Amino acid sequence: MRELLRTNLKKWIGFITGILLVVFFIGCSIVYGYTSVNWGMVVASFTQFDGSNAHIIIQESRVPRALIGAAVGASLAIAGALMQGITRNPLASPSIFGINAGAGFFIVLAVTLFSISSIHQFAWIAFFGAMVTSLIVYFLGSLGRDGLTPVKLTLAGAAMAAMFASLTQGMLALDEKALEEVLFWLTGSIEGRKLGILTAMLPYLIAGWLGSLMITGQMNTLSMGDDVAAGLGQNTALVKISAAVVIVLLAGSAVAIAGPIGFIGIVIPHIARGLVGIDYRWIIPYSGLLGAILLLLADIGARYIIMPKEVPVGVMTALIGTPFFIYIARRGLNKL
Amino acid sequence: MNKYQPLRLKWFSYLVDKKAVLCIMLLAILTLALLIFSVSMGQMKIHPVDVVRTLLGMGESMNELVIKSFRLPRILLALVAGMALAVSGAILQGIIRNPLASPDIIGITGGASLAAVTFLTIFSGRGTEVTVSIQWMPFAAFIGASVLGLLVYILSWKNGVNPVRLVLIGIGLAAAMQALTNMMILFGPLYLATQAQIWITGSVNGANWNQVKTLTPWVLLFLLFVWMYARRLNIQELGEDLARGFGSVVQKDRLVLLLFSTALAGGAVAFVGGVGFVGLMAPHIARKLVGSSFGALIPASALVGALLVMGADLIARTAFAPLEVPAGVFTAALGAPYFIYLLYRSRNL
Repeated sequence: MRELLRTNLKKWIGFITGILLVVFFIGCSIVYGYTSVNWGMVVASFTQFDGSNAHIIIQESRVPRALIGAAVGASLAIAGALMQGITRNPLASPSIFGINAGAGFFIVLAVTLFSISSIHQFAWIAFFGAMVTSLIVYFLGSLGRDGLTPVKLTLAGAAMAAMFASLTQGMLALDEKALEEVLFWLTGSIEGRKLGILTAMLPYLIAGWLGSLMITGQMNTLSMGDDVAAGLGQNTALVKISAAVVIVLLAGSAVAIAGPIGFIGIVIPHIARGLVGIDYRWIIPYSGLLGAILLLLADIGARYIIMPKEVPVGVMTALIGTPFFIYIARRGLNKL
Repeated sequence: MNKYQPLRLKWFSYLVDKKAVLCIMLLAILTLALLIFSVSMGQMKIHPVDVVRTLLGMGESMNELVIKSFRLPRILLALVAGMALAVSGAILQGIIRNPLASPDIIGITGGASLAAVTFLTIFSGRGTEVTVSIQWMPFAAFIGASVLGLLVYILSWKNGVNPVRLVLIGIGLAAAMQALTNMMILFGPLYLATQAQIWITGSVNGANWNQVKTLTPWVLLFLLFVWMYARRLNIQELGEDLARGFGSVVQKDRLVLLLFSTALAGGAVAFVGGVGFVGLMAPHIARKLVGSSFGALIPASALVGALLVMGADLIARTAFAPLEVPAGVFTAALGAPYFIYLLYRSRNL
């Protein structure tokens, strides 16, 4: 399959269009919803805040939600793209490999045992959980005589995800107070999060985004295969470890902010590859933009399906992502 | 001494594997022992001898109350559900010819969960009652499980069903089912939401006789069907070409067996929720004990499954007393490493 945007000029135009679309959908996310506001009121709430209901909703609920949606979507998509790159597995993503579930488990464990509540501690625990889970899954996936195969990695991830999910449920059943504290978070939603959560996590996210952009060249070399990359003089282990650190930063922060939101990490990298081809210098930024757009759209859709209630955005992304997952599984795991 | 003992009637003949029969009898005794031990454990300890006496109708009234109204229904439910899940897994592993197949990994349990939660949401009244008889719930779960089973089968069809593709598509659909179940819980009344979290993990907490009476005939009926079909299941395991060569109607048998499997998983899930990994572990353990002929494997898997779920429930009840942990936590904690072990062992993935 050739990519859609073949020249550099087209890719730049697409990139700028993507940025504009992200801004546009952030705007849409602020404007559309149960309480109707219009674009003028949004601008007014920034320039001359008058304390009216609409202005408070815009400032306290809609704006944080839109920004968080964009940041989380971008982070999950980039993490997915890197994971698919280093594992050479088209189904790799934070949710299928159990990283979200692992981070969730460690957060619940920490809340139950040490009753922590600060977002900074949440973040570090989520990183730790994401790291431990990725190491376990990677290790288990490479057991056996034929080493790391995509199918084994996927199955190990699914098994670990199931185990962590069960253990989390068990701990919550033991400690109802903890359940109250983390239930809002376990459902996987970007609704009702304060802007403070995003600003607290922003340093890690920015580090992750910049890190992902810095290793794109090395990822290109690595995508030719471990042997070729090593033959070209690359320290493949170092590249993989740096990519893993970036993945843990991005997936961990995304989970700490929004809870487990699945399927974005699978779907987006494939679309990005369809648009710009196999060059990671383009795949990574495109994945970020497309991930932000997808999560924003899913979140806007989630408000309208069962008005006045809302569908958790994790459900929306799962509904969008499942057909895609099946398509990839049918096509075969050896094509990336 | 011959390994097999033929059993012949006018219209029936069967080769009985002596060792397997011995194994199954031992398992049955073990199950009975665990049942009695499990009844005797709890906040109020009752001596096993008293348990037996009470079960035979000669106990003190206090023991009788505790045993008959609280402990026995939940333990029996665990027993029956364990049997159903294990046999469901054994069938799937036979027809898919993949040691990693099990109702929860390929999403059948997820479909049943979704259908059961949807059933409760649609038919629940304003209070805590359900407006339609609870007896229909296994039926709903069965439909959910069947639809999902067929969907996985159809979606993984591409010049025949490749086991790896089937498992992958199952994993994807299982994730989607989980998301949809969460959404249905959100639609539903509040009392359901609090219960559903525990129920999805799988728990026999709060079982009553009504549930036992509904599930038991359902499971026993299908166990009997499956056992009668064991011959055809043996042929299925030889693979499509050989099975056809032996004169088996492969596609029809496969469909019927898939329906049996979903019926069993669906019924169990309707009452105990998603007790995970039992359908994966039990058939493997049973195969180690009695070999892979399904005539012996089916009853052996059923008993191993019953032991697993009863044991998990016993730990769930007593380890953190007075708090209750869903039994599914323990089966998952045991099953996930086992799954990984199988992954490690399997060579052709």
